[in-house]
Amino acid sequence: MARAVPPARKALTTALAWAVGLLLFFPILWTVLTSFKPEPVAVASPPVFLDFDWTLRNYQDVQRQRDYFDYFQNSVILSLGSTILALLIAIPAAWSMAFVPGRRTKDLLMWMLSTKMMPAVGVLVPIYLILKWLDDMITRRTGIDVGLDSHVALLVILTLINLPIVIWMLYTYFREIPGEILEAARMDGATLRDEILWILTPMALPGIASTFLLNVILAWNEAFWTINLTVTDAAPLSKFITGFSSPQGLFYAKLSAASTLAIAPILVLGWFSQRQLVRGLTFGAVK
Amino acid sequence: MGRITLEGVAKRFGEAEVIPPLDLDIPDGSFCVFVGPSGCGKSTLLRLIAGLEDTSAGRILIDGQDATRVPPAKRGLAMVFQSYALYPHMSVRANIAFPLRMAGMAREERDRRVEEAARVLNLTPYLDRRPGQLSGGQRQRVAIGRAIVREPKAFLFDEPLSNLDAALRVGMRIEITELHERLRTTMIYVTHDQVEAMTMADRIVVLNAGKIEQVGSPLELYREPRNRFVAGFIGSPRMNFIEGAEAARHGAHAIGIRPEHVTPHPSSGDWKGVVGVAEHLGSDTFLHVHDTGLAETITVRAEGEIGLNPGDTVYLTPQPDRIHRFAANGDRL
Amino acid sequence: MATQASRAAARAMLSPAVVLLLIWMIVPLAMTLWFSFQRYNLLYPDRAGFIGFGNYINFVATSGFWEAIVNTLLLVGGVLAITVIGGILIALLIDQPIWGQGPVRILVISPFFIMPPVAALIWKNMFMNPSNGLFAEAARFLGLPPFDFLGQAPLASIVLIVAWQWLPFATLILLTALQSLDSERMEAAEMDGAGPFARFWFIALPHLARAITVVILIQTIFLLGIFGEILVTTNGGPGNASTTLTYLVYKEALLDFDAGTAAAGGVVAVILANIVALFLMRAIGRNLDA
Repeated sequence: MARAVPPARKALTTALAWAVGLLLFFPILWTVLTSFKPEPVAVASPPVFLDFDWTLRNYQDVQRQRDYFDYFQNSVILSLGSTILALLIAIPAAWSMAFVPGRRTKDLLMWMLSTKMMPAVGVLVPIYLILKWLDDMITRRTGIDVGLDSHVALLVILTLINLPIVIWMLYTYFREIPGEILEAARMDGATLRDEILWILTPMALPGIASTFLLNVILAWNEAFWTINLTVTDAAPLSKFITGFSSPQGLFYAKLSAASTLAIAPILVLGWFSQRQLVRGLTFGAVK
Repeated sequence: MGRITLEGVAKRFGEAEVIPPLDLDIPDGSFCVFVGPSGCGKSTLLRLIAGLEDTSAGRILIDGQDATRVPPAKRGLAMVFQSYALYPHMSVRANIAFPLRMAGMAREERDRRVEEAARVLNLTPYLDRRPGQLSGGQRQRVAIGRAIVREPKAFLFDEPLSNLDAALRVGMRIEITELHERLRTTMIYVTHDQVEAMTMADRIVVLNAGKIEQVGSPLELYREPRNRFVAGFIGSPRMNFIEGAEAARHGAHAIGIRPEHVTPHPSSGDWKGVVGVAEHLGSDTFLHVHDTGLAETITVRAEGEIGLNPGDTVYLTPQPDRIHRFAANGDRL
Repeated sequence: MATQASRAAARAMLSPAVVLLLIWMIVPLAMTLWFSFQRYNLLYPDRAGFIGFGNYINFVATSGFWEAIVNTLLLVGGVLAITVIGGILIALLIDQPIWGQGPVRILVISPFFIMPPVAALIWKNMFMNPSNGLFAEAARFLGLPPFDFLGQAPLASIVLIVAWQWLPFATLILLTALQSLDSERMEAAEMDGAGPFARFWFIALPHLARAITVVILIQTIFLLGIFGEILVTTNGGPGNASTTLTYLVYKEALLDFDAGTAAAGGVVAVILANIVALFLMRAIGRNLDA
């Protein structure tokens, strides 16, 4: 379609674009490299880029010092769990709003979005107190941990804070499915359950998948509630990493290894989902 | 069996009355076409019968049983949608089998019926393809296949040909008519194209603004339209309407004469005019005649090689027994 | 347009989401409001009681309140300025015909996926540390004295870290918007004699206006809640030099255990966020009809 671009110009813009990209990526690259350096090399002056004895010791140390896998496991439980819970609640809700819109559907969507805009810090005190109260009332008496530093509490909170985004994303994807197809299924004898299970969900699978991915990322990186409401039992990687901000953790190579462990899984997921990201984060306002 | 009866059926969306209460009886085995301009409520009426919309008043009877509150899946009707509404993530085979699967039919019986339907519709080579890999006409046939495997009491078609190109449309028109000949199942067919209505239907229901203007066979509507709306809607090119003195001479507010019932002659006749545009179709020539003093344009259907050109003077003579007379309110006199 | 049966089903399937969100919104907010009018310290739970606007007066009179407001505005404004302008420039650059657009996109977007405390720790220790951070090394190489970023310019440093995290977001959205620009419109402008700058100014920028609005509003919502970055870098200091409204409330609640004053601060934060939200909702709501 377009005209030929002079190769010299293309080479120049290419070089510039790569320079900008590498500059933005450099802190991540540097962290990953440092995580393989022996501790003295990590703080060497002048800094060493690639020419050093690569080692996995830092990873072993990190694992020994703070049990990485416990935190990793909590991160997985919380991010996957809250996303799946949110999807289970959101798929029927998004179906309703996309295919049986009423006069107030738009207001409802807007209201859901508005709950997302409530600053977390505004409700920190009551949430903290409610969980403390649950600790006293239920955890102490029954042994079922639902209060502070519990998986249940964090799952519920993460589900609720991401629920509006999940509903919105699904809504924008569902709206692209022609209603006639669902009506055809209804004429073909499908019940509501059949309709959602056999027609809507498979058709919307790409949309559901990207909603899933984005929300796993958001839940994984959530750092306000997880830091403030967990101690150890339910603490995910955000808590793990803040443990390294204290002075005794100030070994660059170890810090880098811990950071790499905390970000690597989600960085890979992020690369896969970047195309859908825009739509999810702008609530369909930019496609 | 598939007799469908509407008793006082009406539909309102909020304040707006889309369909005022109407009665209609569609006999078993008939091919009934709902025709009318866009927005006349014909699709809404079809969706009411399908159960995809609630009636605001009245009853819908299927084979004498009240089906007004029966959900669409339980009415025993099959529908072919304008967009075909195929399931894009399923193969053609799975698409056709879907209603049978929903009905809980055994696998062997299901496969047998799907194969049979595919054979009838020439879809056998495409059974394992996805709808996205098919042409428009093939998709249309899959949609029909999905409808016929259920052996429904009646088929509902919602403007099924409007997404096809002109040549395919003629072919599918014949296929659907032949299907009706073979199955003898009630079909209700919605279209805005009066040619489809005339060629396919044994009963036409002409709708305008939600009201039934006339029900009858194609030829009844052609010969004796009940009012000016039906007269103008059925027939192509449109009927010519003449008001004023000429109409008064026939004792009417307006008279109508179809283009094919006016005879042109270069030198003598009742009305004199000037040829504006002559559309040569080969078999016919449509003359658009101006300056008659009767109406702005009078369209005449003449033989193919009449030899009249724009600017020529022409004399027109209507066949007296083919003149339709209308009162001021539009009703036939 | 549907039947009563499907409308009833729709209501039933919608209600869990609505009820949950309603509870999530109303209960904590009502409690925050309630506590904001109560004397309530977690360390002395018996000394409770209604004190009117006492907490609000107390919160506003806190040594750091006005500083926190100014810091919040500076943080949000600074990050917005960097990300929007930088985002437009980078988006324009990547949108050019270049080799390896996909990999460059991935490089640019990556910082967005980094967990906030991790990003802050990386910058704090490996780049901004005055003795052996990379910036100090660079300064030494140039013969300059190393600069203690987080000590001397804490807020600006945090702005830099946060901007690094959000620049990818702005870039990605602006790039997407740019790519949806009808190329025929650009060609028409070119035929009309518009040069590259005129085309950017009169065609591309107006086309990006909506995306820019959305970027500004969404980022504002998130930036008002910035927490992890401050926690692991400066703890709001030195003094109150990098304490934002969010961090101030956190300090009151979980460091001073003064739930009443923290709640009052929370209410102030909610009001501020709602003002922004109002504009955001309008922008998004308009697109809903399109």
